[in-house]
Amino acid sequence: MSARSPAAAQAYDYAEFMARAYAIELEATERYAQFAEQMEAHNNPEVAALFRKLSGFEALHAKRILGEMGWVDMPALPPPLAWEGGGEGPETAPFEALHYLMQPYHALELALRCELQALEYFEGIAKRDVPAQVKAAALDMAAEERLHAALIRDWMQRVPPPAEGWDEDPDPPRMNE
Amino acid sequence: MNAPLTAAALAAKDFKSDYKPVWCPGCGDYSVLSAITKALATLGLRPENVAVISGIGCSSRIPAYTTCYGFHGVHGRALPAATGLKAARPDLTVLVASGDGDGYSIGGNHFLHACRRNVDLTYIVMDNHVYGMTKGQPSPTTEPDWSSKLAPGGTGLREFHPLVIALASGANYIARGFSGDPNGCAALIAEAVRHPGFSFVEILSPCVTFRPEQREWKQAVRPSPVAPTDDPARAARRLMTDDGFNLGVLYKGSRPPFAGAPAAPTHAVQDLEKGFEL
Amino acid sequence: MRRTVSAALAGSGGAGVMTAGNMLLEAAAAAGYYGLMTRTSGPQIRGGEAAAMVRVATFPTDAQDDRFDILAAIDWQNVHRFASELPLGAHSVVLGDPAQGEPPEVFLKTGARFLPVPLKKIAAAIPGAWPNMVALGVLAGLMGLPPEALERAARKSMKKGLEAGLAAAREGMVQASTFPEESLFRLDKRPQDRKRWLVTGNEAAGYGALRGGVRFVAAYPITPATELLEWLSPALAKVGGTLVQAEDELASINMALGASYGGVPALTATSGPGLSLMSEALGLGVAAEIPVVVVDVMRTGPSTGIATKSEQADLDIALHGLHGDAPHVVVAPNSVADCVAATEWAVGLAESLQVPALVLSDQYFGQARAVVDAPRSERFALKRLVAELKEREAAGDQEEKESKEKSYNRYAITPSGVSPMAIPGTPGCRYTADGLEHNEKGTPSSQAGDHLAQMDKRARKLSQLDPGEHWASIEGEGDTAVVTFGSCTGPVREAMARAGWKAKLVSLRLLSPAQPERLAKALAGVKRVLVVEQNHSGQFLRYLRADYDLPGEVKSLRRPGPLPFRPEEILQSLQAWEAA
Repeated sequence: MSARSPAAAQAYDYAEFMARAYAIELEATERYAQFAEQMEAHNNPEVAALFRKLSGFEALHAKRILGEMGWVDMPALPPPLAWEGGGEGPETAPFEALHYLMQPYHALELALRCELQALEYFEGIAKRDVPAQVKAAALDMAAEERLHAALIRDWMQRVPPPAEGWDEDPDPPRMNE
Repeated sequence: MNAPLTAAALAAKDFKSDYKPVWCPGCGDYSVLSAITKALATLGLRPENVAVISGIGCSSRIPAYTTCYGFHGVHGRALPAATGLKAARPDLTVLVASGDGDGYSIGGNHFLHACRRNVDLTYIVMDNHVYGMTKGQPSPTTEPDWSSKLAPGGTGLREFHPLVIALASGANYIARGFSGDPNGCAALIAEAVRHPGFSFVEILSPCVTFRPEQREWKQAVRPSPVAPTDDPARAARRLMTDDGFNLGVLYKGSRPPFAGAPAAPTHAVQDLEKGFEL
Repeated sequence: MRRTVSAALAGSGGAGVMTAGNMLLEAAAAAGYYGLMTRTSGPQIRGGEAAAMVRVATFPTDAQDDRFDILAAIDWQNVHRFASELPLGAHSVVLGDPAQGEPPEVFLKTGARFLPVPLKKIAAAIPGAWPNMVALGVLAGLMGLPPEALERAARKSMKKGLEAGLAAAREGMVQASTFPEESLFRLDKRPQDRKRWLVTGNEAAGYGALRGGVRFVAAYPITPATELLEWLSPALAKVGGTLVQAEDELASINMALGASYGGVPALTATSGPGLSLMSEALGLGVAAEIPVVVVDVMRTGPSTGIATKSEQADLDIALHGLHGDAPHVVVAPNSVADCVAATEWAVGLAESLQVPALVLSDQYFGQARAVVDAPRSERFALKRLVAELKEREAAGDQEEKESKEKSYNRYAITPSGVSPMAIPGTPGCRYTADGLEHNEKGTPSSQAGDHLAQMDKRARKLSQLDPGEHWASIEGEGDTAVVTFGSCTGPVREAMARAGWKAKLVSLRLLSPAQPERLAKALAGVKRVLVVEQNHSGQFLRYLRADYDLPGEVKSLRRPGPLPFRPEEILQSLQAWEAA
């Protein structure tokens, strides 16, 4: 699957580009928030807090786009954009990446992967034959993602990498119904 | 232009409730929930006009996670409950959520007859080839050699082919999605809701707890190499030779949907007494 | 002159005994009488032996009489198999075509007199006529029914061969007029004209359901409930409802629950085997508080049993067949006509209490066609309590809507136990109906406190029910009481009428929730209680022993189906006890 291929991007108009960028950030915001909830529900508060933080960062980025465009509200995600290329936004972390015993290091690894995908996406657009305003904005976004990636790498230095057997659980899964 | 592209009346998050799912982190069903909410937002529906009906199992927890009206019934009977609801209330949009145990095993008979009856429902089956809520027993779609406590060494039984069964039984829309692609699933679901009659969307949704090897499905799935067909014979050939990993709309029929909706009354109830009077 | 005459018409498939039996009942109805027709048949789909059993009376009755006065047969092939269902006496006459041979010994040894009538020969003389019409004429003649009533019935029923049929029937009446006086069973003059219905219990239950507001029915065919569903199919279409044929009973009950969850009062009808399959979903109706009505037209069990014959043996499963503590309603009609009111009431109880309600009818009621006084409309004011959005909210005050949404508790703990139910489509009160134990909001909960609170709530709905006078039919006075339910009520009532109402009849219509205080009051001063029921193990007696205090001495009169109780047996049982 080429779910994250930027080649599918057809919008080079500035406002459309910004809407798309906004959609990417918003989707990432919501996904990290969902992850935080999942971790809360599964008694993993440390990783939950981390996902909340990540969600907050993405929300800030999204709000900045709104501010730049003079858009009043956080509008609903335009669905056609969300489905561009048949996949999810380049910065959206996949659901299957989670594990109830995951550690902060795993969450940061995941976030780094998303930032790098976003970076690749914006760089890809900047390289294409697009209006100057779009190119500048795409480079701007790419710079921001690069900064985020560096921050996350830093952060990863400060948390211990997971030890062997981090996902072992002495108890079997529970029956529910 | 100082406004983003046309915004939907409601966003996907407006279809998501505050209840925290009990699914394991990493479960494909989170993605299906996301796909359903996105599809409903795209369709411009109001949550109060949508009902999500389910039976028992991991998948069947979905109704309460949406802001739609929900019905979490008994094991295997989601389709009949949904059929009754839609027949009595054709104004509602009715989605049915199920899994491979609930939908294909205990509810197998209803699956055949729901396809045949062709009531305008959207049936979403989250297939992970295992019973999750009861701790990992083989389901009808489990591979014959998958070993488990209940069937050590495997069941030795061939897998049930839900899409083939659906086609043979008269389903009007047959699609397969993969939970790793929630937006793709959302598109399939939205189209299923729009398509009249009984629409069946099978979603491969890995069970990270009992079938961790299903994480490999990401590499196995691919978009179907051919366009959807409305010819049941062609669809049958295609589905019979399908390895279970072709994604997309695989069949789109034009059979008229169930026509049993109530009509306006022509008589007062008391008028019926005339049939008894001497 | 007699107040009642009972006649059976037997013959093999193709002889038209059911058609003739129906016309006899219709003729009696046209002449102003009451009566009922029941039927029995062999196991064959076509061609088997069958008998139509018609009782005509000057008074309303749901019972079969002690004995048949007349047994007529077109032919005698295998009719002896019905001997236990067709009791005769020394006063009875047996009519048969001499060309078909002697009647079976089992009938003649009762002392009944054989009257040969060449049915076939008479019919053969009239082109297009059938022997069953000759037999019909003979029976009508023996009862003294006016020829014009017979003609009216024939005109109503016969699509073809009417003139030949009428000629044959007239010839039959001529034959009857040649019989000796002691072989005649002339009925007393007809009673005053009252508004009457000709109806089966199944039709009556179907009509009661519609009157109660049912507009969705899920149907899976099963003897002897099928006619109820078949009656409802076109009737629902007329009143703006709908019927869906289900793939099995698991589907039909779940379809009904789905429709009711959608705000449309819903019903399904079945018999024992189907009810067994529905148990799990009925529990869902209890837990998720979804009104639904199931009419169980009881037949002989266990397992497939005798599908075409009656028994009151589903009482245990109706009362106790659900897993978990699952309070629900069980109502039993106690006459063919009461199938209307009892079913209407059951719908009202289900709707107003948001619970499943079972209606325990049986094959006897369901398939009996009876001439009854037109039932009066009960006008129950029992409606579902529905959650509605306040106008201001509906007008689009978003904040208001959201706060309502947060505050709406589908399973709110209320003094009555009943909490407002939101109907899909209503903004601001969305919830998930759940068979999992839940809290007030409907969120699944495994906490002891929520479980207890919801159990109390569900139990309270029923314990606070005030059924008024509907809980039982109470007739007569005396220090002996007969306590019964359902189709045993007819023969008990007739037995007590014969004895001049010196005993008390209590026929329970509301079986669940039990009404121990009301029964205690009804039985105050009673010294002897006879419990009458049609099953083998005494399910009703055990139920009374468990949930009620019965005063004085208690005796059980019971037997399994399919033979109905006859008034004489009950009378003898009472007299023997009182004499002892």
